[in-house]
Amino acid sequence: MYDFNYHRPGSVDEAVGLINEDAKILAGGQSLLPTMKLRLAQPSDVIDLGAIPGLSDISVDGSSVTIGATATHASVAASGAVAGAIPALADLASGIGDTQVRNVGTMGGSVANADPAADYPAAVVGLGATVHTNSRSIAADDFFTGIFETALEENEILTKVSFPVPEAAAYVKFANPASRYAIVGVFVAKTADGVRVAVTGAGGSVFRASAMEAALNANFSASALDGIAVASDDLNSDLHASAEYRAHLVAVMAKRAVQAAGG
Amino acid sequence: MSSETGIGASVRRKEDKRFLTGKGRYLDDINRPGQAYGVFLRSPHAFAKIKSIDIAEASKAPGVVAIYTGSDLADDGVGGLICGWGITSKDGEPHKAPAHPAIAVDTVRHVGDQVAFVIADSVAQAKDAAELIEVDYDELTPVVSGADALASGAAQVHDDVPGNLCYDWELGDEAAVDAAFSSAAHVTKLDIYNNRLVPNAMEPRAAIGDFDAGTDEIILYTTSQNPHVARLVLSAFVGIAPEHKLRVIAPDVGGGFGSKIFIYAEETVCAWAARKINRAVKWTAERSESFLTDAHGRDHHTTAELAMDANGKFLGLRVNTIANMGAYLSTFATSVPSYLYATLLAGQYTTPAIYANVKAVFTNTAPVDAYRGAGRPEATYVIERIVERAARDLGMSPVELRKRNFIAPDAYPYETPVIMTYDSGNYPLNMDTALKLIDYDGYAARKADSESRGKKRGIGFSSFIEACGIAPSAAVGSLGAGVGLWESAQVRFNPTGSVTVFTGSHSHGQGHETTFAQLITEHLGVPIENVEISHGDTGKVPFGMGTYGSRSLAVGGSAIMRAVDKIVEKGKKVAAHLMEASVEDIEHAHGVFKVAGTDKQVTMAEVAFAAYVPHNYPPDLEPGMDETAFYDPTNFTFPAGTHIAEVEIDPDTGVVEVLDWAASDDFGNVINPMIVEGQIHGGVAQGIGQALLENAVYDTETGQLLSGSYMDYTMPRADDFPSLKIETTNTPCPGNPLGVKGCGEAGAIAAPAALMNAITDALGVEIDMPATREKVWHAAQSVQQAAE
Repeated sequence: MYDFNYHRPGSVDEAVGLINEDAKILAGGQSLLPTMKLRLAQPSDVIDLGAIPGLSDISVDGSSVTIGATATHASVAASGAVAGAIPALADLASGIGDTQVRNVGTMGGSVANADPAADYPAAVVGLGATVHTNSRSIAADDFFTGIFETALEENEILTKVSFPVPEAAAYVKFANPASRYAIVGVFVAKTADGVRVAVTGAGGSVFRASAMEAALNANFSASALDGIAVASDDLNSDLHASAEYRAHLVAVMAKRAVQAAGG
Repeated sequence: MSSETGIGASVRRKEDKRFLTGKGRYLDDINRPGQAYGVFLRSPHAFAKIKSIDIAEASKAPGVVAIYTGSDLADDGVGGLICGWGITSKDGEPHKAPAHPAIAVDTVRHVGDQVAFVIADSVAQAKDAAELIEVDYDELTPVVSGADALASGAAQVHDDVPGNLCYDWELGDEAAVDAAFSSAAHVTKLDIYNNRLVPNAMEPRAAIGDFDAGTDEIILYTTSQNPHVARLVLSAFVGIAPEHKLRVIAPDVGGGFGSKIFIYAEETVCAWAARKINRAVKWTAERSESFLTDAHGRDHHTTAELAMDANGKFLGLRVNTIANMGAYLSTFATSVPSYLYATLLAGQYTTPAIYANVKAVFTNTAPVDAYRGAGRPEATYVIERIVERAARDLGMSPVELRKRNFIAPDAYPYETPVIMTYDSGNYPLNMDTALKLIDYDGYAARKADSESRGKKRGIGFSSFIEACGIAPSAAVGSLGAGVGLWESAQVRFNPTGSVTVFTGSHSHGQGHETTFAQLITEHLGVPIENVEISHGDTGKVPFGMGTYGSRSLAVGGSAIMRAVDKIVEKGKKVAAHLMEASVEDIEHAHGVFKVAGTDKQVTMAEVAFAAYVPHNYPPDLEPGMDETAFYDPTNFTFPAGTHIAEVEIDPDTGVVEVLDWAASDDFGNVINPMIVEGQIHGGVAQGIGQALLENAVYDTETGQLLSGSYMDYTMPRADDFPSLKIETTNTPCPGNPLGVKGCGEAGAIAAPAALMNAITDALGVEIDMPATREKVWHAAQSVQQAAE
């Protein structure tokens, strides 16, 4: 690890004021710290959000679940309120990494980092959530823009995400056996505005499977997905899964998610 | 069994209290006064010429003590690393042994090869300085696959090894095998790859070189399975220091699986550098370095052919293997795919004619050497895969085919056509025991149930054998070993009756501190809490050959028994004197000396006290109660057994679930059943890991290790296993005083074939390890498409 300046601001405004071109925001650090330890990242400043009051709050009202940026995966997984409103969200959080990762890793860190194989982006897009920052609100469909890329500007800090409560939802992950990241993860939600199907792990960024959504809007059942394939052209191919295998898994996981969501 | 802590008792491991409470003393827990820290600059390229190395800027960096390159070692007369087992090719030529400098001189040959050693006051400073070293490389095209290395036009890893061929070796009667094939009713042929593995010991390798300028002694702390062998090699061959001026200490070591047998560059350089800087220097591998530089395991490409008569009786076996040695020869690399492999190709069967040809080749990858089982897993994998395949070809039950060919329980000693003489065993009993454990009779119903749920169920067998208790010195010497493979033990009574045993075996997870203590408790009646087992320090233990090849109990334990015999013999003389009887009338059992036919007795503790306070003592007897023995085995031991795996496959995803596992193993007599069970668990876990999950993958273009971290290299985890059903059968080994055979490697030897046979049984097609989910899915799809 290279030397850096460590900051622990007491408010979001203070944190924003500390940002510079070579600074990094630290939430749970489950992606940032390993890259720093391997000397692959060399931030001048590390701005730790851990001391900001209220930033880890979880709140549930009749129509949405709002999770603060520094809420850990373990706290989301253990929240009875979250499990009561959107069980699929608590379930997703309970399956991230391992116990140690879940005790430290945060929702905001996962969403802002936009790892192509992370779980949370599937829930953000699958539920049509709203991403809140210190300066604005961003719709889920506009938030993830590419591999490790989001709509966040340099002077912007993700503060919370509001997830609308769906009629039914489920997340099914086909985990990488080594890292336990998603090789393919599919989040299916039946919402007031129709069915949403979000796929993580398979491509460069989370994406919606529109053909599947159309079929499920007509008939919310696994059999409605028969014969609907995701094109493998733009999917990831690596040591663990070819694009062809990933495309197949998207279809299988989508069906299982629909079944888990009661379809 | 004499007590709750003697032979046969599942005594809880004495060493676990310190391990489980964080009080173990592993290498990185040790710090020496004034210690500096070393970091290796490593090659980012698989194959490149070093045009220049500029350390000028780096040398000026804060905290830097010294920076050394390969030329510094050479200038100081430090020799290269050696391979200690000579193999003779079939044309009579010795194996090719290219130079293996501890730090590369003009060429790097694998990613991670040492380029420079930077010593500084802290690890961070050493790393900072290492980044300032400028190395000008001229990159070359690498070769990484053993199968590719022999192709014309392949990269030449060493200029002095034409065609990358280290040796072309053979064993067995080729003409007899040819004759067997010409008369065969059936021939089954199989091409298989035994995948390359990274050992992944929990504690990474580490070393501290320390130097005492007053005594001119170098003290090397290192993560070694055999500290005396390390001292011998570093003294006699590398020239670090004379043997009596080099002390090697291997403290608590967190796992080895073979990978810590070898004498590595890093510990060599630390020992040498400590004298250069007159200061202790510590190096601890980071996990990334472990992946790149620990000696890997396996990596065999094999074609096997089995000839049978019309009744399925095996007539002949022909095996051709290409073994990937990596970029350099590790310490015992040459022996693994030759004498530790082809000599076991008879398996448990009466196959009368066997011929093996092994071509060992160099590639631009990490060196390959012994890994849990070392050659014997590769042999079992070849035999048990082809036997299972033969059963399918013949339409015969794999159980029946094996039983028709098993060596009979009354046929021992049994001489195989590949130079081994099996001493004992009962192979049909192990098969029948395992069949009961797995409820073979109920399998058809279970398979039907799986199919009703759209799943594919399979069952697979592996009737393995291994040669352990390594090994008779004269025998291995005649086969090329550079060392003898006896073991030593010193049993020292203290005046108060407690005992310290010094053993040349080395425990790095095996539980020797408990098992060996049980021997003393059983035979000398010393309470187990009063027995201390000391190992891992050349300054304390007389000598030793270390722990590998499931040898510690069979050879190291036998040495302890020899020392115990001497203690008893001397004890009888003391007891006779104390009880005013004749030595011939003294009987000994479990630490009590009696005058035969009387009620007179003295205890071992009283005898030991008298030996140290010899006021009333036989006039012609030396005082003290401290005996040393060396034991050289007369044969290998031959643990064997049958493992059965049952799996269910989801054809939609390729996910394999290991549903059930049965193991019936013959380890001879068992000292501590709980520890034996733990060894089976660990071995099976590693075997399942190899078959299903683990794979060291190099990029064929760049030679980069693609699975170089736990993000990509899949270690097996608890939820990958069913609860194992284990029984042991116990045919005592006739070759050693304990009647033991060894249990450390059995699981890793048996498991891969059992699991792959179950998977291929479910799929109906052959696939190679590891049976990744994608590979299994593709296979399931291909079978389905063929059926449609």
